[in-house]
Amino acid sequence: MTAHGHKPVGPPIHGMAARFEDASALTAAARAARLEGYARMDAYSPFPIHEMDEALGIRRSILPFLVLAAGIAGCVGGFGMQWWMSVVDYPLNIAGKPLVSWPQWVPVAFETTVLLSALTAAFGMFALNGFPMPYHPMFNVKGFDRVTTDAFFLCIEADDPQFDVTQTAKFLQGLGALEVSEVVH
Amino acid sequence: MSLSPEQVAEQRAIGNDRENAPVMAPGYTMESVTETIAGIPLSKNIRMGWAVGFLIAFGGMNLLLLSIVWLLYRGVGIWGINSPVGWGFAIINFVWWVGIGHAGTLISAILLLLRQQWRMSINRFAEAMTIFAVSCAGLFPLLHTGRPWMAYYLFPYPSTSGMWPQFRSPLVWDVFAVSTYATVSIVFWYVGLVPDLGTMRDRAKNKLVKFLTGMLALGWRGSARHWHRYEMASLLLAGLATPLVVSVHTVVSYDFAVGLIPGWHVTLFPPYFVAGAIFSGFAMVITLAIPIRWYFGLEGLVTLRHMENMAKVLLATGMCVAYGYSMEVFFGWYSASRYEEYLVFNNRMLGPYGWSYWMLILCNVISVQVLWFRWVRTNMFALFILSIIINVGMWLERFVIVITSLHADYLPSSWGMYYPTFWDIAMFIGTIGFFLTSMFLFVRAVPMISIFELRTLLPQARVKEVEK
Repeated sequence: MTAHGHKPVGPPIHGMAARFEDASALTAAARAARLEGYARMDAYSPFPIHEMDEALGIRRSILPFLVLAAGIAGCVGGFGMQWWMSVVDYPLNIAGKPLVSWPQWVPVAFETTVLLSALTAAFGMFALNGFPMPYHPMFNVKGFDRVTTDAFFLCIEADDPQFDVTQTAKFLQGLGALEVSEVVH
Repeated sequence: MSLSPEQVAEQRAIGNDRENAPVMAPGYTMESVTETIAGIPLSKNIRMGWAVGFLIAFGGMNLLLLSIVWLLYRGVGIWGINSPVGWGFAIINFVWWVGIGHAGTLISAILLLLRQQWRMSINRFAEAMTIFAVSCAGLFPLLHTGRPWMAYYLFPYPSTSGMWPQFRSPLVWDVFAVSTYATVSIVFWYVGLVPDLGTMRDRAKNKLVKFLTGMLALGWRGSARHWHRYEMASLLLAGLATPLVVSVHTVVSYDFAVGLIPGWHVTLFPPYFVAGAIFSGFAMVITLAIPIRWYFGLEGLVTLRHMENMAKVLLATGMCVAYGYSMEVFFGWYSASRYEEYLVFNNRMLGPYGWSYWMLILCNVISVQVLWFRWVRTNMFALFILSIIINVGMWLERFVIVITSLHADYLPSSWGMYYPTFWDIAMFIGTIGFFLTSMFLFVRAVPMISIFELRTLLPQARVKEVEK
């Protein structure tokens, strides 16, 4: 029970964070933690580490399919818009050309395709990442402000079934972490 | 650890090695590469050279403001356009600026798909250049409409008049192409900036800077899951921007090629315009990169390797453009149409604007041949002068295409000369001022080189597999 009389919701801490020397140590630690049976964890690094996808078992994002769907919608929508506007709603006879002069609709339909898919690629990525999220418990970790320069962190989250404050801390220490600390909310 | 002045001097020297400059001088650490780049926008000091340059550019921007106000007050009559030359400086400048933008997208999208690592040091500011150049470009057709406040007529929106745009017109395609291009360029640039804004947030001392960059960084925390989606989104955006950049100048060329005017009605226009756009864009990137790398001491990161590679792109695209010029002449002759023959020989080469045609050949074809020599490609002074010559040459190319073709078409009774007025020139200089003002603010406000991408180039970023 907290001072306000509520029961604390969820685990009292976000997880256990460990700082590592470099990208190699971080990748090795992530692999070892997965082998140990931990599933809910995340690695934090100043640049993308391609080995990390496999080390953490990150599944391929659905983003490309969202972009494909947006592209199809943009293409169909682009052609459909031009068809409806120039055939149904406002038919104009220009030099006897057929109303459905679709080859001349290609540029606009192409642009709407690219526009919709590019916006989906960017904003879809932001949405899947949960952005904007100005606050996150990881920002409370000491030295985490170096993660955008040269620090590497692995955090095993408290909602992992195997998580145990002492055991997990000990395990992370054993992986050669420079520093292990609890991540408070 | 930050670098000592001696180390910085050594790295600059390595970056300036004319024989064998690397993509990145050795000796950088994660910290020093971050500090070198993020330190520029985060520094409190306003440097004298920057301030003077900014003020000059800002003066130019005010000239633009003045010309726009006068234009809106008096109308397009203050320009030199007349009948038959209805497309004067406005369209020349529009095509010139859009073309310049293309290099930024080429560097950030096409070279990303080709996995060219040297792209990483120059993509950020080349993309910024794209955005500012496209902004300048967009102004001209807008103001050329005469009533810019009615420009929304060009967009398909449900209006009480019940009318829709005419989708058979390349001018409508242009609205879609340029607005899509501007939007996608801004989005691509911002996505690229997010991790570096996180770096600025974490390093900023000033509360306001910390707050603003923190909000713009959206809560970036370098999570592996985020990086995974982030890299996927970058790749997708690059894949989408690549056909987009080709389409934009293709559509711009349709503004001409779909018309029946001799000199415009050429099937060669789309590829020839795209090559010309990349040519002029790279020239502008070089014009900007040479003073910037020198002034901010970034020669260890933007080395002569980058400059030489860009010079090679200039040479290659310059040759494409030269091929375009020769084919224009060939088509004119081979068509056996008296109007086409007249245009190419009597009008373009020997007519009243013949000087501009020969100047264009001199700037864009002959002068570029010096780039066959490594000495020129690695001599920053020579390269800078050459890039200016090419910028001028590419402007002249659009002058030749627009003005000579229009001033004398099928009927001699409708021939006439075009002379720019003071306001034509003022507005052109004004957009250069606006462009440079934006560049000055950009290099001071955000990291001008992609820091997180440069970190991946460091040897310590590689994952060494340990024995199992």
